[in-house]
Amino acid sequence: MDRMNAHRRMQLYGALLLLPAAVLLATFAYLPTIATLINSLFLPGFRGAPTEFVGLENYRLLVEDSTFWRVAGNNLIYALGTIPTSIALALAMALFVNARLPGRGFVRMAYFTPTILPMIAAANIWMFFYAPQIGLFNKLLGALGLSGVNWLGDPGVALTSVIVMTVWKEAGFFMIFYLAALQGMPPELREAADLEGTSRWSFFWRVTFPLLMPTTLFVLINALINAVRVVDHLFILTKGGPNNATNLLLYYVYENAFSFFDRTYAATITVVILLVLAIVATVKFAILDRRTHYQ
Amino acid sequence: MSQASHPAARRFALRVPSLETTAAWLLAIVWIFPLLYAVWAAFHPPAFMVRFDLFAPLTLDNFANAWAQAPFARYYLNTFLLVTGVVLAQFVVCTLAGFAFARFPIPGKDVLFMLVLIQLFVFPEVLIVENYRIASTLGLVDTITGIGLPYVASAFGIFLLRQTFKTIPRELEDAARIEGCGWIAILLKVYVPLAKPTYLAYGLVSISHHWNNFLWPLVVTNSVESRPLTVGLGVFSAPETGVNWATVSAATLLSIAPLLIAFLLFQRQFVQSFLRSGIR
Repeated sequence: MDRMNAHRRMQLYGALLLLPAAVLLATFAYLPTIATLINSLFLPGFRGAPTEFVGLENYRLLVEDSTFWRVAGNNLIYALGTIPTSIALALAMALFVNARLPGRGFVRMAYFTPTILPMIAAANIWMFFYAPQIGLFNKLLGALGLSGVNWLGDPGVALTSVIVMTVWKEAGFFMIFYLAALQGMPPELREAADLEGTSRWSFFWRVTFPLLMPTTLFVLINALINAVRVVDHLFILTKGGPNNATNLLLYYVYENAFSFFDRTYAATITVVILLVLAIVATVKFAILDRRTHYQ
Repeated sequence: MSQASHPAARRFALRVPSLETTAAWLLAIVWIFPLLYAVWAAFHPPAFMVRFDLFAPLTLDNFANAWAQAPFARYYLNTFLLVTGVVLAQFVVCTLAGFAFARFPIPGKDVLFMLVLIQLFVFPEVLIVENYRIASTLGLVDTITGIGLPYVASAFGIFLLRQTFKTIPRELEDAARIEGCGWIAILLKVYVPLAKPTYLAYGLVSISHHWNNFLWPLVVTNSVESRPLTVGLGVFSAPETGVNWATVSAATLLSIAPLLIAFLLFQRQFVQSFLRSGIR
């Protein structure tokens, strides 16, 4: 009887300790998610009238919205452009830093520093690089006798410019994880390979890269989340333009909610984003974490 | 070493590193260039934006202009208060929750923990529309609390602390209990001190994240009263205002200086910290 009371007391203490976190999570994560789902089923009231329930009407509007498809396509291209590039660069950087080259400390600092900056500051700096007449890149091209490119104003080039900037910012962050993994690799592997006369390239592809697979998957998940989450640079560089050429999903949500005042449509787009994130989360928890063991 | 004993391998080893070193250095220079450029542009008059004249005169005018054109002192204060407040609150809330998950038999603990982990993917920015409405209802719009509150219950922090607390041997807890300590005393005397490295690592990551956070602060603040540096910088250099680049560079440096200097001084801790936190 006493033991059951003690057990009950422990349960109660535990629940109390969890309470602050639970309240905050409910307020800013769970409730908003449910509210978003519900909101996406309404159309905004006209001139202050209450919103009306329309079921899946918003989703039909979404499917017919060419801008939405443009934005979704952009996000996909953006993800495909930034993720493999930054991961490959991060791996190369980690290999460089790990190889005990002269000036290693400087090199590592150079690679990692962009990560410490706020995205908005990075965007400011690159804004000048990309500026049409007076910008650094076009001045350089001019000095070489080539005509300048409208880096942020040309719909065909703008997204690539944004991608390049993002890769610059992100690669150093992923480098850290690769570096840790490389430093954790047992040196006996390298020695054994040397004894057999394996070339460095072969060693990399057959030993190092497969052993780094968990890190690569981890970095991949992180990069996927960032491709959805980070839209700060758009506020400075392009504001989603020209003509939605660089618009991304989260920025489109922001526009709909705070520029067009269409909260229900924003909620609908948010549901799409949540779905994408849910898929990423499922991949992480179901597939990746089967290797790691949460005690 | 096996390399030294094999002459062919040694010759091979001598040739390739220099190519590798060159590539590494080139990439490093390309990578650090934008930041170096910002420093150049901020400390030289606007005429030298693209003229890389080594003997160009240094000037602090750009900084003076930037300081005069936007209330950076207020932005600094806001950011400092925000970051300190958020990190301290996170320490408290996540410690309590992590401790609960690590040591208490809560019914449905595993399900609850999964729910917590969901927050890793359902972060405040995704739910920006609803969170703004909630913040508005709670009267938190344009307050520093409003900027920080959604982040206080951090799934990441709870995860890290739960992990760390689980590794602390129960014998230490038992020893404290024999001395008559209640749960809170055990938490504060045994668990928290032993988790210091985790607090440091998490703290640095959190500080960087919140110093650099932009989207949510942008939405939730609408005046200088509560605006942090990132939003201030964003507002300042919005393309429509036609501010000159040298001033923008100076403003940018002003915004990033404290974190950047802290990073350059404590590189090892920062890097270790981001590393440790990579268990997400």
